[in-house]
Amino acid sequence: MLGLGADLLWADMNRLLAFLFHQGVLDEQFLQLQQLQDETSPNFVSEVVNIYFHESEKLLRNLRGLLMEREFSDYKKMGIHLNQLMGSSSSIGAKRVTNVCLAFRAATDHNNRSGCLRALEMLEHEYCYLKNKLHELFQIEQQRVLAAGVRYPVQNN
Amino acid sequence: MWFKATESCNCIEPQWPADELLVKYQYISDFFIALAYFSIPLELIYFVKKSAVFPYRWVLVQFGAFIVLCGATHLINLWTFAVHTRTVAMVMTAAKVLTAVVSCATALMLVHIIPDLLSVKTRELFLKNKAAELDREMGLIRTQEETGRHVRMLTHEIRSTLDRHTILKTTLIELGRTLALEECALWMPTRTGLELQLAYTLRQQNPVGYTVPIHLPVINQVFSSNRAVKISPNCPVARLRPHTGKYLPGEVVAVRVPLLNLSNFQIYDWPEVSTRSYALMVLMLPSDSARQWHVHELELVEVVADQVAVALSHAAILEESMRARNLLIEQNVALDLARREAETAIHARNDFLAVMNHEMRTPMHAIIALSSLLQETELTVEQRLMVETILKSSNLLATLINDVLDLSRLEDGSLQLETTTFSLHSVFREVLNLIKPVASVKRLSLTLHLASDLPAYAVGDEKRLMQTILNVVGNAVKFSKEGSISITAIVAKPESFKDARIPEFLPVPSDSHFYLRVQVKDSGSGINPQDIPKLFTKFAQSQAVQTKGPAGSGLGLAICRRFVNLMEGHIWIESEGIGKGCTVTFIVKLGIPDRPNESKLAFAPKVPGNHVSTNFGGLKVLVMDDNGVNRSVTKGLLLHLGCDVTTAGSSEECLRIVSPEHRVVFMDVCTGLDGYELAMRIQEKFKKRQDRPLIVALTGNTNKVTKENCMRVGMDGLILKPLSVDKMRGVLSELLEHRVLFEAI
Repeated sequence: MLGLGADLLWADMNRLLAFLFHQGVLDEQFLQLQQLQDETSPNFVSEVVNIYFHESEKLLRNLRGLLMEREFSDYKKMGIHLNQLMGSSSSIGAKRVTNVCLAFRAATDHNNRSGCLRALEMLEHEYCYLKNKLHELFQIEQQRVLAAGVRYPVQNN
Repeated sequence: MWFKATESCNCIEPQWPADELLVKYQYISDFFIALAYFSIPLELIYFVKKSAVFPYRWVLVQFGAFIVLCGATHLINLWTFAVHTRTVAMVMTAAKVLTAVVSCATALMLVHIIPDLLSVKTRELFLKNKAAELDREMGLIRTQEETGRHVRMLTHEIRSTLDRHTILKTTLIELGRTLALEECALWMPTRTGLELQLAYTLRQQNPVGYTVPIHLPVINQVFSSNRAVKISPNCPVARLRPHTGKYLPGEVVAVRVPLLNLSNFQIYDWPEVSTRSYALMVLMLPSDSARQWHVHELELVEVVADQVAVALSHAAILEESMRARNLLIEQNVALDLARREAETAIHARNDFLAVMNHEMRTPMHAIIALSSLLQETELTVEQRLMVETILKSSNLLATLINDVLDLSRLEDGSLQLETTTFSLHSVFREVLNLIKPVASVKRLSLTLHLASDLPAYAVGDEKRLMQTILNVVGNAVKFSKEGSISITAIVAKPESFKDARIPEFLPVPSDSHFYLRVQVKDSGSGINPQDIPKLFTKFAQSQAVQTKGPAGSGLGLAICRRFVNLMEGHIWIESEGIGKGCTVTFIVKLGIPDRPNESKLAFAPKVPGNHVSTNFGGLKVLVMDDNGVNRSVTKGLLLHLGCDVTTAGSSEECLRIVSPEHRVVFMDVCTGLDGYELAMRIQEKFKKRQDRPLIVALTGNTNKVTKENCMRVGMDGLILKPLSVDKMRGVLSELLEHRVLFEAI
C-alpha cells in the first residue's frame, strides 16, 4: 500500500519534471544537479535551489531598485547584477530565466531603459513561475520520501 | 698612163699629134677620177667613224691608202699632159710605185678577208633564226605562266571560302572565265551512289535534277584516271542544253573530282584511290569555234579539280567540327543547369535534414534523460526491463536520426565507421532482446545460432553492426505472419564460400581480421525474385507486401547495404517466391582484437546515469566563486567525485585559505579582472615552492580574449561552464595527468 502511494507520487514527480523539460523551463544542467545528490548529500538539490532563491530575490530587488530611480544611468551596475543572476540560473539549469537575462543584458548594452523595464518584468514573471514549480517539485518529493520510507536514489550500482 | 709616161719622155717623138679634144677629155676624167678616189676614203672613214663596231680597220686603212694613192696618181697625171719637168716625172714615178705596192698588198690581204666577211653573213642568219626560235619559246613560257597564274588565282578563290556551295560555284565561274568556256557543269553522286546528279552549272541558273547512271562506260573511263579526258559532246553528261550552233559543238573535256573524307588521309601516303566517290566536272569549249583543248589547259583543269577536292574536304571538316562544337556547347549548358539544380537540391536537403535533426533530437534527449533518471529509482524487475528497453529503443532511435543524416553523408562518401572493440555475443543478445517482445506478440519463434569458432570480441563499428542486424531481423519479423525466424552467425571461410551471386568477392581472412557471415531466415510472405533488386533502393516499396503492417522498407535496407559496403562486405536476399519465405545474408569484415580488452567495454554510450565513478581519493581542491549558487554547484560536483573541497567567496578569502595542500584552485573569472589578479597573487605566494596548486579558470565566456588573458597570467587551465559530472571528471583526470588543460573555444 505504502509502495503504491510512493509510486504514484513518483509518477507525478516525473510527469512534472518532464513537463518542465518540455516547456524549456529546466534543462540538462538540472539533471546534473540531481546526479550529484547521493547518500552523502541527500538534499543537495534542494539546498542549492534554496541558495539560488535567496540570491536571486536579492538581485531582482536590486535590479528593480536601480530601474525605478528617477535619474537612472548606471547600466554597468545593472549589468553586474545581471551577470550574477545569469550565472546562477545557468548553473542550476533554469533555462528560461537565463534566456530572459540574456535579452535583458542586450537591452542594457543598448542603454534601452524601456527595454530593460520590459525585460525585468518578464524576468520576475519567469522567476516566480520557476519558484512555484520547483516548490511543487520539492513538496511531492518530500511526500514521496515520507510515503516510501526509503532513501532517495542509490547512486552507485 | 703608160702612154702618158712614154709621151712625156723627150727621147721618143710622138707618133701622132696630141688631139686637143681627147686630151681635154682625159684631163677632165682624170680630174674626176682623182676626186672620186679622194672622196671615197673620206666617206668610208666618215661612216666607219659613225659606226661603232667595225673589225677590219686595218683593211680599211690599206684600202684607203690604195685609193688615195690611185687618186694621187691620177692627179699628178694632170701635170703630165703638157711638157713637164723631171721633178714631176719623179713624183709621178714615186706615186706610181707606192700605188703599186699598196694595191698589191691590198690584193693579197683581201684574199684572207673576203671569206671572213662572207661567213659573217651566215652567222648573222643563224642568229636571226635563233632569235626567232627564242621568241617562240618565250611565247610558250608566257602562256604557261598565265596558266599558272590562273590556277593560283582560282585556287585562292576556291580556298578562300569554306562554304561548299561557294567553292563549287566559284570554281565553275573562274574556270569558265579563264578558259572562255561555253558551259561548265558539275555532277555529284547521289546518296545511293548509283547515279550522278547535275549539281551546278555555269550558265543555267537552276539546273533541273538530271541524273545519269554512274556506270556508263564514258564515266568509268573518266573516273579511272586522274587526267582530264576528252569526251564526246554527245554523251549524256555533256548534253546539257539544246545544240545551238550551226557547226560542230565545241570539244568537251571531263575530269574527276575526288570527294575526300577525313578518314581518307593516312599519315604518310596520300589518300587511297580505291574506295571513294567522285564527282564529275564537264567543260565545254564554245561551239562554232576552232578552238582545241591545249595541253596546258588540260593541265590547268586537272590541277583545279584536285584543289577543289581539297577545298571541299576542308569545308566538310569544318562543318563537322562546328556541329560538334555546337553540340558540346549545348551539352555544357545543360550540364551546368543540371549541376546547379543538383546543388540546390543538395543544399535544400541538407538544410532540411539539419533542421529536422535538431528538432528531433530535443525531445529525444528529454526521453533519454528522463528514462535514465527512472532507471536510478527503485523498480521491479519487469519495470526495470521495460525501462531498459525504452532506453535502448530511444538510443537506437537517436542513432537512427543520426543515421538519416549519415545516409546523406554516406552517399557523399563522408561517413566513417567508428572502430571499437566489442563483444559479438552481446550484440546478438541485445538484438534478440529487442526483438523478442515483438516476435512473441506475433507468436513467431526466434532462434539464434552462434558458431563455436566465432571470436568473442571483434573490432569494428558496434553500433552500426547492431543496427544492420536489427534492421534485417526486424524486417524478417515484420513481414512474417507466422512461423519461425532463425539467425545464424558463422565465420566465413573461403572454401565454404561458393556463392554464385557475387563471384568476384572472395573473403580472405588474415591474422588481423575475419569475415562474419550472418544469415536470417524467415518463413514469411517471401518476395518475388524480380523485386529483389528494388529492395535495396531507398524509399522504394515492394508492391507484393500484403500486410497491413507499418509502412515498407523506407531507408532500412538501403542504409544496411551501405554500412555493409563500408565494412567491406556484401549483403543479398534470396527468396523462392511469394509465400515461401526469404533469406537475407550478409558478410562483413571485422578485426580481431590484439588482446581481449575487458576494460574497454566499460563505456556505455550516451546514457546518463553513469555506472562508473572515478574516485579522486580525497584530492584537496579550493573553489573560489562569489556567486553562492555556482559555488554550491561546483562544490557538490567535486564532492560527488570524491574530492575534499574548500570554498572561498572572495579573492581575499581565497588568498587567505590557499595552502600548498590544495592541488587545484578553481576560480570563477566571469566577474571582471579579479580572477586574473588573484591568479597572479597566488603564483607570487608560491613562487619559491615547487608544489603550487594548479589554477583553473571557470568561465561562461566563449571568446578568445578570455583564453588569452588566462594564458597570459599563467593559469594552468580554462573550462567552460556549464559543468557536468562527466566533464569535471575528465577535466580532473586530464589536469592531474598533464598539468594543463585549455578547453578549445
